[in-house]
Amino acid sequence: MKILVCITNVPDTTAKISFIDGDTKFNKTGVQYICGPYDDYALSRAVELKEQHGGTVTVLNVGEAESEQVIRKCLAIGADDAIRVNTEPTDSYFVAEQIAHIASQENYDLILMGRESIDFNSGVVHGLVGEMLGIPSLSPVMKLEIDGGVAKMTREIEGGKEDVEASLPLVLGCQEPIAEWKIPNMRGIMSARTKPLKVVEPVGSGLTITEKYALPAPKGAVKMIPAEEAEKLIDLLKNEAKVL
Amino acid sequence: MEFYQSNKVDDFESPDFYQIDDLLTEEHLLIRQSVRDFIKKEVSPIIEDAAQKAAFPAYLVKKFGEMGLFGPTIPEKYGAGGLDYIAYGLMMQEVERGDSGLRSMASVQGSLVMYPIYEYGSEEQRLKYLPKLASGEYLGCFGLTEPDFGSNPAGMKTRIEDKGDYYLLNGSKMWISNAPMADIAVVWAKNEQGRIKGLIVERGMEGFSTPEIHQKWSLRASCTGELVFDNVKVPKENLLPSADGLRGPLGCLDSARYGIAWGALGAAMDCYDSAKKYALERIQFDKPIASFQLVQKKLAEMLTEITKAQLICWRLGMLKNAGKATTAQISLAKRNNVDIALKIAREARQLHGGMGITGEYPIMRHLMNLESVVTYEGTHDIHLLILGAEITGISAFK
Repeated sequence: MKILVCITNVPDTTAKISFIDGDTKFNKTGVQYICGPYDDYALSRAVELKEQHGGTVTVLNVGEAESEQVIRKCLAIGADDAIRVNTEPTDSYFVAEQIAHIASQENYDLILMGRESIDFNSGVVHGLVGEMLGIPSLSPVMKLEIDGGVAKMTREIEGGKEDVEASLPLVLGCQEPIAEWKIPNMRGIMSARTKPLKVVEPVGSGLTITEKYALPAPKGAVKMIPAEEAEKLIDLLKNEAKVL
Repeated sequence: MEFYQSNKVDDFESPDFYQIDDLLTEEHLLIRQSVRDFIKKEVSPIIEDAAQKAAFPAYLVKKFGEMGLFGPTIPEKYGAGGLDYIAYGLMMQEVERGDSGLRSMASVQGSLVMYPIYEYGSEEQRLKYLPKLASGEYLGCFGLTEPDFGSNPAGMKTRIEDKGDYYLLNGSKMWISNAPMADIAVVWAKNEQGRIKGLIVERGMEGFSTPEIHQKWSLRASCTGELVFDNVKVPKENLLPSADGLRGPLGCLDSARYGIAWGALGAAMDCYDSAKKYALERIQFDKPIASFQLVQKKLAEMLTEITKAQLICWRLGMLKNAGKATTAQISLAKRNNVDIALKIAREARQLHGGMGITGEYPIMRHLMNLESVVTYEGTHDIHLLILGAEITGISAFK
C-alpha cells in the first residue's frame, strides 16, 4: 500500500503570536514550529498501516526550507521518504493544487492529512484535493482500518459518529483517536539522516495576498451577576454584550 | 507493581536565556524534544507515586531501551545509538528533569556497564552483552564502591584468584544502583598481584547475591543494593581484557560524571520552571508573589546559575566530542552543576511555600535526589580536590 501523508509546519500551540512590518508578517522570532497535531495523528496511523499491511509512507509538505526540521521528525517516526514543495503555503487552494499535482504522479492508495492545520484552520484542503484528483474525500476520520481495497472508517458528525466504508483510493482528513501519537526514538532519528527528502518547485502561484494580520480582541473582564438579579443579566446581554 | 497515573499536565519548558539552542543542531533539538515528550508521557504521570512508594518502575527499562536512552554514544553496530556527546548530555538532562533516580539507572547502564564492556571488553563480550543492554533486555550495574572504600577505591578488598579454569571472586560492594534488579554486574576486583581488574558477573552465578538497601530518602524511584560475592566462580572469558589498574573504573566514571553534569542541570531547570510558574500564580497581599523583590532575586539567581551551567555543559560536550575533555574539566562540571541544582532546589522549595514539601510539585523529590547526586560518582569535596590537584600538581587525598 502506498500512502501519502501531507503535513503542515505550524507554530507550537503555546507560541506567543505577534506580527511585524506593520502587521503584514507573522513574527517568527522565538516561535517553535511543530508538525500540525492532526497531521501527526495521520502520520502515526499511516506508519501503523504500513506495519500491518506493508508498503510505503511518503511525507509531503508544502513549505519553505525551515519546514525540513519537522519533515525529518516525520521520517524519524517512520515515513520512508519525503517531498517538499518549495513555496510559502499562502492559501488552501494553492496548497491543494500542489498536493494534487504530486499525488497525480504516483498511484497512492491513501492520501492522509490532518482534519485542519492549526495555523489558519481552514479545514478544506482534503476536500479540494479529492475534487482535483476525482476521488472521494472524508473528514474528520477518527478510526481507519483497511480490509483489502476497502477503508472502514468512523467519522465524527454533528452530534454523533458515523461508520462509513469506501473503496481506495481516498483522501482523508484525520483526527484523534485514529492512532497513538508517536515519539521518534533515537534509532529513528539516526535513520532519518539518510532517508531521501526531495525538493520540488511549485506549480502555479498562490492567489492570496495577506494585507494585514490582527489579533482577536482581548477577552473582557468577567462580570458576576447574583442569581437573584436575572433581569440585570438579561439587560446586560441585550444592551452591553448585544447577543440577545 | 501498579503505579497511580496522575493526570496533572506536565508543561515543562527549559529556559534558554543565552540562546544556547542556536549552538545545537536540528538533530540535537529533535533528540531533546523527543526525550522530553517521552518523559512527559511515560515518567511524569507515575514518578511521584513511584518515589512515594520507594518502588522502581522496572517496566520502564525496556521502554528506555526502545527509546534509545542506553549507551547512545556507543556505535550502532552494537545496537546502541552512535550519537555524539551533546546528544547524550541532552538526553540525560531530560531524563533527570523527570527524575534523578531514573537518570541514575540510565547513566549506570550506559556509562558504567556498556561503556567498560565497549572500551575494555573483547569483541565477543561486546557482541554478547551490548545489544541486550542497549535494548533494555538486560539491566546492568557497576561494582566499585565497597563498605569501607568509597572515595578511596584503590584500597578495595574484593579479590579474584586465578584458579586455572576460572577466577574465584570474593568480597562485597555497596551503594550499587540497579543491583537488586541487575542481570549482569561489571565488578572491579584486585588480582593476586594487587592489580585492579574488571569482570562481568552474571545473575545466577553461584555465590552471587544482590540484597537491596531499603529506607532511602533519596533516589526512591530507583533500586540500590549491595553485591555480595561468596566464592563466585567467574569464567575466564568474563574478564575485561583491556582493563588494568584504577584507570579502568575511573575511565567509566568520567563518562558517567559527564552525564550527571547535564542531568543535574535538568533537575535544576525543572525546579526553576516550577518555581517561576508558581510565583506567577500564587497570590499574597493581593498580587502574585513574583511581584516581590526577594522572589525575583531568587528567580534571577536561579536563571543565572542555570545559564552558566548550560554553557559549561555545552562546551564540555564539544570537548568530549573532540576527545579532549579531561577528568578535571569533568569534575568541575559535575561539582558545579550538582551544587547549583541543589541550591536551586532549596530556593525553589522555599518559593513554593508549604506546597513545596508535598508530592504535588517535583521540588522536594529533586531536592532529596540531589543529596545522593552530590555524593555519588565522586563527592562534592573530592571533585574540589581533583581540581586542587590539577591547579597545584599536588594531590591532597593520597
